[in-house]
Amino acid sequence: MLDQTTTPVLSVKNLKIQATSYPPGEKPKDITIVEDVSFTVQRGKVLGLIGESGAGKSTIGLTSMAFGRGGVRITGGEILVNGRDILKDSQSQLRSLRGQDVTYVSQSAAASFNPSKRLMDQVIEATLRHGILSKNEAKTRAIELFRKLGLPSPETIGDRYPHQVSGGQLQRVMTAMALCPKPSLVVFDEPTTALDVTTQIDVLKAIKEAIRETGVAALYITHDLAVVAQVSDDIMVLRHGKMVEYGATSQIITAPAQAYTQDLVNIRSELHSEKQENGTPILKIENVTARYKSVPINVLKDISVTLEAGHTLAVVGESGSGKSTLARAITGLLPPIAGQISFNDQPLPPAMQDRSKDELRDLQMIFQMADVAMNPRQTVGQIIGRPLTFYFGLRGSARKARIRELLDQIEMGRGFEDRYPAELSGGQKQRVCIARALAAKPKLIICDEVTSALDPLVADGILRLLLDLQAQENVAYLFITHDLATVRAIADKIAVMHKGKIVRYGPKSQVLTPPFDDYTDLLLSSVPEMRLGWLEEVIANAKMQAAGN
Amino acid sequence: MQGGHMSHAESVFMHPVVLLISQRLTIGMLLLFAVSILIFVGTEMLPGDVAQAILGQAATPQAVANLRLEMGLNEPALSRYLSWLWGILHGDLGTSLTTQKDIATAISGRLYNTLFLAFWAAIIAVPLAIGLGLIAVRYCDRWPDKLISGVTLATISLPEFVIGYILTYLLTVKLQLFSPVSLMFDGMSLAQKLNTIALPVMVLVMVVLAHMMRMTRAAILNVMESAYIETAVLKGMSPLAVITKHAVPNAIAPVVNVVMLNLAYLVVGVVVVEVVFVYPGMGQYLVDHVSKRDVPVVQACGLVFAAVYIGVNIIADVISILANPKLRHPK
Amino acid sequence: MTRPSFATLVGMIITSLFILAAIFANVLAPYGLAEIVGDAWEPSSSEFLLGTDSIGRDLLSRMIYGGRTTILVAAAATAVSFLTGSILGFTAAVVGGWFDQILSRFVDLVMSIPPLILALVILSVMPTTIVVLIVVMGLLDSTRVFRLSRAVAVDITVMDYVEAARLRGEGTVWIVFREILPNALSLLIAELGLRFIFAVLFISTLSFLGLGVQPPAADWGGIVKENKDGLVYGISAALMPTIAIAVLAISVNLVADWALNRTSSLKGGRGA
Repeated sequence: MLDQTTTPVLSVKNLKIQATSYPPGEKPKDITIVEDVSFTVQRGKVLGLIGESGAGKSTIGLTSMAFGRGGVRITGGEILVNGRDILKDSQSQLRSLRGQDVTYVSQSAAASFNPSKRLMDQVIEATLRHGILSKNEAKTRAIELFRKLGLPSPETIGDRYPHQVSGGQLQRVMTAMALCPKPSLVVFDEPTTALDVTTQIDVLKAIKEAIRETGVAALYITHDLAVVAQVSDDIMVLRHGKMVEYGATSQIITAPAQAYTQDLVNIRSELHSEKQENGTPILKIENVTARYKSVPINVLKDISVTLEAGHTLAVVGESGSGKSTLARAITGLLPPIAGQISFNDQPLPPAMQDRSKDELRDLQMIFQMADVAMNPRQTVGQIIGRPLTFYFGLRGSARKARIRELLDQIEMGRGFEDRYPAELSGGQKQRVCIARALAAKPKLIICDEVTSALDPLVADGILRLLLDLQAQENVAYLFITHDLATVRAIADKIAVMHKGKIVRYGPKSQVLTPPFDDYTDLLLSSVPEMRLGWLEEVIANAKMQAAGN
Repeated sequence: MQGGHMSHAESVFMHPVVLLISQRLTIGMLLLFAVSILIFVGTEMLPGDVAQAILGQAATPQAVANLRLEMGLNEPALSRYLSWLWGILHGDLGTSLTTQKDIATAISGRLYNTLFLAFWAAIIAVPLAIGLGLIAVRYCDRWPDKLISGVTLATISLPEFVIGYILTYLLTVKLQLFSPVSLMFDGMSLAQKLNTIALPVMVLVMVVLAHMMRMTRAAILNVMESAYIETAVLKGMSPLAVITKHAVPNAIAPVVNVVMLNLAYLVVGVVVVEVVFVYPGMGQYLVDHVSKRDVPVVQACGLVFAAVYIGVNIIADVISILANPKLRHPK
Repeated sequence: MTRPSFATLVGMIITSLFILAAIFANVLAPYGLAEIVGDAWEPSSSEFLLGTDSIGRDLLSRMIYGGRTTILVAAAATAVSFLTGSILGFTAAVVGGWFDQILSRFVDLVMSIPPLILALVILSVMPTTIVVLIVVMGLLDSTRVFRLSRAVAVDITVMDYVEAARLRGEGTVWIVFREILPNALSLLIAELGLRFIFAVLFISTLSFLGLGVQPPAADWGGIVKENKDGLVYGISAALMPTIAIAVLAISVNLVADWALNRTSSLKGGRGA
């Protein structure tokens, strides 16, 4: 028994992971994904692995089960689970490790459940397979876990099929599935990333309490430092497959040593303070109601907002709130069935087809997925140049000079004109889209979730660029997002949307100051804050409220 | 079904599955009706004049006019179509122009022969294709997979009659194992019959095997790449349990679909194979009467082939509806 | 840039050889198409490289002329099916509405019958001339091209870059030719190869059934029909055209496979 308390649950030393890449037309070559990574996880402790996409964090998480996706190989170092080197294990030893000693919770529970089997059968499958409990005991334990994780009707939810349960609930069922066989380590791989923020907090609470009550050790993988700060004891920061910084959560959050970590911690600071209203509205939306042809429900209900020239109005809401539909109504892709939209004090024709070229030019749009917002068969020069020719008739050297100017403005510089979108990084792609919008010299740009597909630091750079450009060109932004941190960073005014209605609207300082309406309160209190103990406070508040009711 | 665990009673009335299946059946009936119009229009309203086509370019105008009268071609197209349709609905497929015999009687025996051939081809091809598909998946990208893929690529690139003659040449002429012609007559024992159809069955098997095996492989690989298969592996399930408990239940629908689609394709393969082996089935009957320009026979055969083809496709649809858990257990 | 593999190169070379042989048939064929030069089914000799056919014509010459007919008819049918199918498919995708509905339902109807059966039904009343064969095969096959081009175009029209072009105020012509077509082209080119193979198999089958190219003109399917009776006596004349069909089909398949892989690996990169 003594051994059990001193041996770490997981100990990784000098881990090296490689994969083979097959570049078209060249010989296959080995690439190193992770190099020289070492860490330990003690019984009952949580280690957070954090990094941007491509940092190798999920790959490291899966190596604790000696598993590699898509031809990934562990080529160096050792991995000890409860003191045993699992890299020396036989296949059958590995099978008894997986699902018994170490279990896994994936990002997309919806895809990770077998669609043709009932939830209960899947939750207790590993427990039965390894002979840990009898079938009845396993079911009792699963129901108990369902209850602990705050799932509705814990007695019967296991009888349902995966598609009959919501995404947030499914994520909690998957956590129950991981905890059911009483493992010594659970690997959580971005378990809340795909969820809306108000759902995320429920799952986060459930996971945190389940970890505490079962005393299991965990690896918690995420790209969101504020989230990992709430659940982990230690944090390891990874970048490009290498360790950047490794220490106690409090040290990483309050006194980061490395520049990269400092950037990550400071990311959610306010970039911009609110401008005063100047009384020159550029966009005025009055009592707009809209619906899609196929669905007999109003997706937008009586929306009224105003945006001033050179200002930023942030429209914030969760998926299904109608915020993207608002963008479609303004651009004329979905003409409203009631209400009026005025631009520059002139009423704007509701349908895009009826608008003049100048009206179209004045109102540009930037999309969420820069990948699909650019024609893959056109070069950067062609993409940025087309609005110049289309709206201003620029050709030849004049067009070339203007393209260069725009590339300078988006801080990309020369040499990009002849590149294709596929040759650019995610941040560069979004910059080109910004340049394309800017090329039209618009008065208003609609930004639809323009940073949500990007890594935090890259997103930060895009937001700073947008603010600089606003200062130079006096362009107004209608900024659609689900991310309150982004809103806080750049907005002058905020409109909070919920179920097709605006529930709160006004200058930033006012909207973000209490007293709040219920929904805004829920939304604001759900956004993870970059400080220790935030989640505990939320849990305590929720318990107090529940006791008060 | 796990007895005793039903949390809410599942009503049979207007259950989405019942609804969807009755929709599919209705669409199938409508499709068949539309096909009958298409076939009728295709044979009677195209620029070529049927009477002229039957008699040839050298016929005297008088002879053509007489034949038109005899065939009732001077009546409006709509009324001719309606009486044709009325006849079909009552089991009357019309009379052959060339033999003056009742088409329904002529077809029934031949339809049996054709289905007999297709049945044995399916009995052999389906398990073989699924088996080979599983082997290809099990050894994905290793030599057994590559060998199977290479051979099937070659057979996909060949028309049915080519496979037919190459096999005939090898097995009857070089090895002298079978008779090159498949004569069928009444009173043959089943063993005799099977021996007679061995060669055409082999050709048909080769024709559908390649497609069926390739599509089965793709369908199973698709399932094996799902996240829930990874979940099962990470639970420490044995490879066999992963396949039987998690892959198979989800692969059934796509594989059954693949099988049915290829059985529908078998209907076309039969036409050519019957000609190659002079086998007395529907296909040979149809081809014979196309060259004789015996329009009523062609119309009737075309409709029967289309009905079988559409019928098999509907069965495939129904099975994939039944196998879809999202439809079987609605929210 | 993806370099063609060995198999692809072999496919390309053989395909080109077939095309060259078809173009220069007059020069290459040692004897005339219908010229009777010897006895029936003479074995191969220095005089007749592949021997003679069922009525004493030089088999090699008939194979070369037959190849020209097969390739020409198949190519023309493919052209008909592509022009009709892709133009209607793109228009249906971009225009939408009742135009799309009517065309799509009609295509569903035609595709609910096996193409060979429908071809037999139509050919029972039409004169079997080369032009009729090309048009019938081309139109029947255009249903498949229609479905593919419509699906590809619909996939592309919902892309944000097409929406961006619409929002900019671009007209339909720009959207079809500059935004949709360049992205659909390589997929359609790969499909072109497959449709051509299908046309080769289709015309060969029809001729074999005696309903395609009519004698004395020859195509490969017809040559099989003319010589099939010899097989029983161990005369392999009928196998020659079957081998030619198989080799041509496999070579074109190899090239089409390469074109298809090239499309997917180039997704979003440089290229045609």
